[in-house]
Formats: sequence, structure tokens, C-alpha cells
Amino acid sequence: MQLTGAQIVCECLLREGVNVMFGLPGGAIMPFYQTLPEYPALKHILVRHEQNAGHAADGYARASGKVGVCVATSGPGATNLVTPLANAMMDSVPIIALTGQVPRAAIGRDAFQETDTTGITIPVTKHNYLAMHAADLPRIFKEAFHIARTGRPGPVLIDLPRDVLEETAEFDYPAEVRLRGYKPTPEGSGRMIKRAANLIDDSCRPIILAGHGVLISGASRELRELAEKAQIPVITTLLGISSFSSDHVLSMGMPGMHGQAHNNWAINKSDLIIGVGMRFDDRVTGKISTFAPGAKIIHIDIDPAEVGKNVRVTVPIVGDAQRVLRTLSKEVAATTRPDWLGEIDDLKARHPGMPTSDTSKILPQQVIRDLRSATMGEAIVVTGVGQHQMFAAQHYGFTEPNTWITSGGLGTMGFEVPAAMGAAVARPDMTVWSIAGDGGFQMTLSELATIVEQRLPVKFAILNNNSLGMVRQLQDLFYDGVRVATAYSGNPDFVKLAEAYGIWAIRVSDPALVRDSIDRANAVDGPTLIDFEIAPEENVYPHLPAGGTVSEMIEGPMESTGTIKKEAAAWLN
Amino acid sequence: MVELAPQYHTITAVVEDKPGVLARVASMLSRRGFNITNLSVGHSETPGLSRMTFVVEGDEWVVEQVTKQLYKLIDVVRVSDISDDSIVVREMALIKVKSTPEARPGIMQIVDIFRANIIDVATDALIIEVTGDEGKVDALIQLLKPFTIKETMRTGRVAMARGGTATGTKKASSDMTDHNAPDTEVVP
Repeated sequence: MQLTGAQIVCECLLREGVNVMFGLPGGAIMPFYQTLPEYPALKHILVRHEQNAGHAADGYARASGKVGVCVATSGPGATNLVTPLANAMMDSVPIIALTGQVPRAAIGRDAFQETDTTGITIPVTKHNYLAMHAADLPRIFKEAFHIARTGRPGPVLIDLPRDVLEETAEFDYPAEVRLRGYKPTPEGSGRMIKRAANLIDDSCRPIILAGHGVLISGASRELRELAEKAQIPVITTLLGISSFSSDHVLSMGMPGMHGQAHNNWAINKSDLIIGVGMRFDDRVTGKISTFAPGAKIIHIDIDPAEVGKNVRVTVPIVGDAQRVLRTLSKEVAATTRPDWLGEIDDLKARHPGMPTSDTSKILPQQVIRDLRSATMGEAIVVTGVGQHQMFAAQHYGFTEPNTWITSGGLGTMGFEVPAAMGAAVARPDMTVWSIAGDGGFQMTLSELATIVEQRLPVKFAILNNNSLGMVRQLQDLFYDGVRVATAYSGNPDFVKLAEAYGIWAIRVSDPALVRDSIDRANAVDGPTLIDFEIAPEENVYPHLPAGGTVSEMIEGPMESTGTIKKEAAAWLN
Repeated sequence: MVELAPQYHTITAVVEDKPGVLARVASMLSRRGFNITNLSVGHSETPGLSRMTFVVEGDEWVVEQVTKQLYKLIDVVRVSDISDDSIVVREMALIKVKSTPEARPGIMQIVDIFRANIIDVATDALIIEVTGDEGKVDALIQLLKPFTIKETMRTGRVAMARGGTATGTKKASSDMTDHNAPDTEVVP
């Protein structure tokens, strides 16, 4: 069948199960857009900025478990995708980015809207392609989707020169992928799993650190089985949140910089860390040389390069979390650990963890808790990056897998708006709450228009402190309180702003009305926005300084008053 | 304090012969801060595949990371640290030396000793071609210096396993490295 390059792209997308994509057209990608009317099964959602198309595809992918697709034109369209690609790369999210490119003959001549898109995106994609012939497109798309969704998922970009989209070629979709250099190995080594089981059986103070990989491989049940059988407490990393129900008796919460203090102490006292689908990120470990000093480490990850990258591993297991955990559960002996669990209860009592201030204003922690009780946990929560994100991670109490979507590794402010949009497209059956900061919200709020156009019932909760709160907190704790460039003195009226888009909105400043406002928003059939005027000086505790040790952890406001830790400040980045 | 001598490892990689593969490899190595003192690329015996030889400065951890991060690139088919294998290592160099008629016999004598070749002669200069390990090339350059070297061009190290086995097919069996490397059978 002879088709144009653009038609081939559409045929490939359909065969890969794509039914929606987020994008914004421009000259070079136009042949693709002008072909879309022939393919009504491919729904295109027109965004206001390409960065948001990328984050929307990311949110869509995380909420649906499918590959997200975003589209942009050449030059600035493509460069605007760099941030969402980097975000998806860091957080192992499968997205396909399609970018227009100048015609082949113009490549390398600094043509209008030309950038070296594949060159720019090498470090922020799992792989990328510059398609130089329409006849290559079927193979490229087959490979791209395979690479994006298998192994450790990640973003793949396909750069499409305008005249490649216009030329005709024979369309024949390959049945299988042939990649000599890419063969993920989901089965973990049986010998290593056996050794891991022996280590677990011999350990007295084991801890599981569960990460995003548990959610990606759908291994929540297998994780619970292992934890229950061997009675191992489970700590979930920022991206691992929701992989293990927070109301389970073995659930410990989050580790690291803003993790519960008792978790960092428990890791410090542990004799065996079992890392599953996580990568011992610096936000988890703090100072690496003092991380879990008495522990052997079992590291289960699908990406061999993560094993041994940051910490010395006793037993490496390269494989899919679900398969490895299933086998490991069979191998370990059922046991009880009254001493260790008692010690952890003692740690919890001594480090009660997330103190709040005494204030007549709204506490952000209260907003999160009321959101949780109002939705009964039956919502997808999306956040950006900063204090609001940490409050949500600490206080919401997630019980269902994949109900938590946040920008982890890259820490992209503004993620909360477009990613919530993508999640709402993916899960029309779920309520999507976007918990936003006033800073990040203003980076990407242009998508409110898209949300209205698409009739997506996204609920926004802005935790508004009229500042870049997390940076302000760092200034107060580690820079002698010298506040530079963190106050937003001229924020817009977010209620009027939302109303300008046709979105139902209210402002709340009375703590007694928080729950009521959330109930009212939930009752609205459509997008809503609540502007919560929160206590502006509220800090996220605990706060383990970047690169710090567990003993340097600031557990609450009293302890930190006037405390400037120069050494820790030197580690800040 | 005793300054530890830097450790060097020879790594070979079989890669897809595609546009941009060198950029991918170079981008990864530089962004992760690996120190590559030497890199050479050329076609392999299999059409569609190239062979790269790297000399990496660093300890075992660095080499393990370089290997794993190389594997992570889709276009990289196989990576081997062949430092501890029985290998032959060669480098070729072209050296342009100033040569007056009076100096020429002295240069030719050195060239003979090193079993190098003179491949271009002009009234005022010679080009010498030499092949050997880095030490031999270094020594030749050292001896030619008094004659005034106008230009040197070195290919960098290429390496190959001795005997009948293909380079880098020896299985690493360390407990620490569960590389889960692609099967070597996929590479002819």
C-alpha cells in the first residue's frame, strides 16, 4: 500500500494503540496535521505550549499505563519539549515525541526554525530517530514504541523532516522488532534471587525501599506478599508512593530529605536494605558514605546501570520487579520480627515526625488531609514541585496504586497543570486533583484554556503562600534567612483568573471552610479552582539537608530556629 | 604522600554503524564525567557493525559504570573490558620529520631499528609510518625529536584478543556484575 509519510505515521500510531495525542502545530509538522482529518480515531488535543504537550503525555502515560504521545513542530516547538523529555527520562515514563524538521535538503543550513533536535535530545531521551526516508517510518515507529514501553520505560523522539512526511512509500508494518543492542531481561537471575532470600532470612532488621519500578511493573501485590511473609517494613520513595498502601501496618512512609524522621533512623539502624525499582537517589540517601552504614543491600532493578551506580550492592538482581518479587516471596521463609518492629514503633514514638505550626491561618497540611478525607482516596493526585508536593507526599495517605503523579527526578515546577490534564484525559472515570503551588501554577496555567476546551474536570487546589516556598525555606534554614527572589508580591487574583477561563473558583482563607470548599468543588461538574491562602511561613519538616547525614536532620521548627548549618549549605545545589 | 598511578582499562564496544552513534557515545561519556584518554572507531568484520576501542582512566567502579552506561545506549550491541584478557594492542602513527640530505641517513637508521617505513620523501622532510604499542611509538617520537618533528598523527589504540575467540566474548562471571548483557550469539 503506497502512502505518504504523514499517512504512514498515522497508521503506525493506530497500530501501536494510540488514540490521543497532545500537540501544537507549526510549518514543518504541517503535513502530519493536515493528514489527521483522514484519521478520526486519532484524537489530537491542541495545547497552548509544547512543554505542556510533553507533560500532558507524561501524565497521560502514568495515569493510563500506556505510551503518551506529544507532537511539536521543528525549532522552538522541539526545544520546548526538552524539559518534558528530561522529566520523563528521569522518572522512567514512556512517551513518544514527534517533531517536525526542516526538509532534508535544508538540514544543516540553519534554515528557518531548524534545530538539531536529535542532537539536543540525546541526553534526555532513551533513544531518538531522525527519519530520512518515508520507507523507514514503519520500522522506526515499531522500534520507538518498543523501546519506550519495555525495560526501564522512557521517552523516545522521532524527528520528521517535512518532505519525508510528504513523500510516498510502501507501508508494511513490521510484526516484530529486531534490535541487536536492546534486549531487556525481565527474569532475574535465580542464583541471585536465592542469595537475596538467604540474606533476608538471615537479617534481623530488614527494610524494603519501594520505588517507581514497583508501580511500573504492577508489582504492588507481589510487594505486599513479600513484606507480609517476611515481615519487612516498607518505605516508599517519592515516586514509589501508592505502590504500598499507606494504611498497611508495615507501611512506613517516605525516606530521605523530607521523609519521616523515623524512616531515616530505621534505615540508619537497618542491617539489610532491599531496594526495589528505585535508584538510591541523593534525595533518598543524603550523604552516601553514611547511608545505611550497617546494612547489606539487595538491589532489584530492570536497569543494570542503576545497580551499583550510587551504593555498593551485596546482591544485584537485574529484572522486572513483579517477576523477581514473585520468585523472591516463594524463596523467603515466613517469619515474625517482633524485636525489629518493636524497635521501629519506638523510633516512631521518639520521632513523631511532621510537626505543624500553631497558626490561625490555613495549614497546607490540613488542606491535604481534608482533600484525602473528602475524596476518600478515590482520586488521582497530581503535583508540581516544592513545598506543596512534599506536604501532599507526607500527609495524603495513598492506598491505591497509581493515584499519585508527581515530577520526581527532574523536579519540574509547573508539571501539575499539564500532567493533571493528561491524567484527566487518560482516566475520565476518576476525579483528578491538581495540587499546585502559586509559583509552578503560573508557569503552565495557559493550559486552563485547553482544560476548558476539552471539558476536563480537573480540580485545582493552589496552596498559595505568594512565594517560592521551598526556596524561601532553604533561605531561612541554611542562608541566615536572607530572602532573595522568593516573594511574589504581585500575584494575580487566581479566582478572577480562573473565572476568566470560565472555571468555577473560590478563595478560602478560613481553616474552618477548607473541607467545605473541597466538597463544593467536588460537586461541580467540570474544572474547578480553589485558592487556599495558607500560612506563608509554614515549612516542610523533617528537613534533612542536601548531602547531610541522618543526625543533621532538622525535625521541627524549634530545633531549627537560628540554626545555620554551614557545612550542609555547602552541599546545596 | 604517594601519588597513585592512574589506572587504565581497554574497553571495546561493538556498535551499530549508524549516523550519530559516535555522538551518542561521546555525549554519554562526557555528561557522566568519564575520562577517556583514547578512542578509535572503524568498521568491524560484520557489515552494519563498527568496533570502538576506548582507553578509560579509572578504577573498577568507573569501568563497570562505563560498561553499563554504554550498554544502555540502544545502538551499542556489546561491550567488553579486555584489560585483563590476553590481547594484542597496536597503534599507528604518521610522523613528519624535517630532513636535510645530511640528516637523512641518521633518520633512516632509526626507522630501520623500529621496523617503521618511510612513505613520503621530499627535499626538506620525510613522513614515517610506524605501528606498535604506545611505548614503541613514544620511543620513536622521542628519538626523532632532535631532527625536528613538524607533525604527528596517531590513530589511538586498537586491540584484539589473541587466539581463536572473538574479542570480548569471554563471559565476565563476577558476582558483583549481573550485567544481564545481551547474548553474544546475536553478534556474529
